[in-house]
Amino acid sequence: MKELDARGLSCPEPVIMIRKAMASGEDAYTIIVDNLTSRENVTRYANHQGYQVAVKEENGEYRLSITR
Amino acid sequence: MNGKQEKTEIILAGSVIGIIASLLVFLGNPENMGFCIACFLRDISGALGLHRAAAVQYLRPEIVGLVLGSFILALARKEYSVRGGSSPMTRFVLGFFVMIGCLMFLGCPFRMILRLAGGDLNALLGLGGFVVGILAGVWFLNRGYSLKRTYKLPQTEGMLFPAMQAVLLVLLIAAPSFIFFTEAGGGPGAKHAAIAVSLAAGLIVGALAQKTRLCMVGGIRDIVLFRETKLLSGFVAVFVLALVSNLILNAVSGGVFFKVGFAEQPVAHVDGLWNFLGMFLVGLGCVLLGGCPLRQLVLAGEGNTDSAITVLGLMVGAAFCHNFGLASSGAGPTANGKIGVIVGILVVAGIGAANTFRKEN
Repeated sequence: MKELDARGLSCPEPVIMIRKAMASGEDAYTIIVDNLTSRENVTRYANHQGYQVAVKEENGEYRLSITR
Repeated sequence: MNGKQEKTEIILAGSVIGIIASLLVFLGNPENMGFCIACFLRDISGALGLHRAAAVQYLRPEIVGLVLGSFILALARKEYSVRGGSSPMTRFVLGFFVMIGCLMFLGCPFRMILRLAGGDLNALLGLGGFVVGILAGVWFLNRGYSLKRTYKLPQTEGMLFPAMQAVLLVLLIAAPSFIFFTEAGGGPGAKHAAIAVSLAAGLIVGALAQKTRLCMVGGIRDIVLFRETKLLSGFVAVFVLALVSNLILNAVSGGVFFKVGFAEQPVAHVDGLWNFLGMFLVGLGCVLLGGCPLRQLVLAGEGNTDSAITVLGLMVGAAFCHNFGLASSGAGPTANGKIGVIVGILVVAGIGAANTFRKEN
């Protein structure tokens, strides 16, 4: 499983990161973001690509588990 | 919240914003300028004496409202978070040149939509340049462009920008003699709605934009990058409802709120090439900044101090434009403005390249 650290990055960078990672065609990814806009945008993009997203929040950071 | 709800929400918000923008003109703002972040920041720079163009000096309460509306809602929703440190100097310079592009065209992306909704076809050339500029910005993004990470900063750091807005409001109400105000009939700076109306409009639009992440640049950018239509639907809703409101006002008020054509449009010129190039610079610069001038104000309200620095860059750019004859007028662009836009495109593209193709250490 690929893990991506998008903390401190503002949109659209986290979405571009996950898009590039998804090009490898794996079934599961984890991405950590630290703002709500990124959380919403990554979730929306992953859903559009046919992935499920589970979010775990800890200390103002969001760990998004993205699976197909 | 799912994608469909988000989209409904931003369409509703965009609709309300379009109506408010149209009504602000009815209530006293300059024509097709219910909102214009570039013009209003320029007016504030003038009121503070940073430039001495007597026609465009006023402390626009819409700006104060936008920042504080975003600030208050972000606090209420626990989204207020103080961050900064993602290439602030680069952002300042990008903001500076985005303003030069805006004042070539005579409007920020928000006013571009409002000009279209008022029938000003010159804005179509602007829109064309804007879209091509965004495509150029996306080209950098797809190749790894980044201004690097932000970091958590102390609470005081985030409070300073909203506090400055409160000070501007006090200065507006107290109107001490050292603040410059355009004299009645002396130009766009003299045209404004009542303070309370403008402030309320700013607060509402700031809150709606915070909630929905509305961004005029993000709309087109996300379509190109991700085939994602959420932000664009907000952009379209602003246009449609501003257009409908203008048509209704035209019919019932006896004033002119909608007039189709190129010639003699309010606070606009007909030089298509420079309208295009001005907004090309704005589109490119704003993609590299991560959002349009409106979005920068909203982010600054949420505690993003990089965006606050960007706004200061916009204000200094505005002062520079008027001090050195770069800003266009109804008569057209100036030679200095053309040089400024060309230099701006080169510098901004250089910043894009330097932050895309650098060697990582």
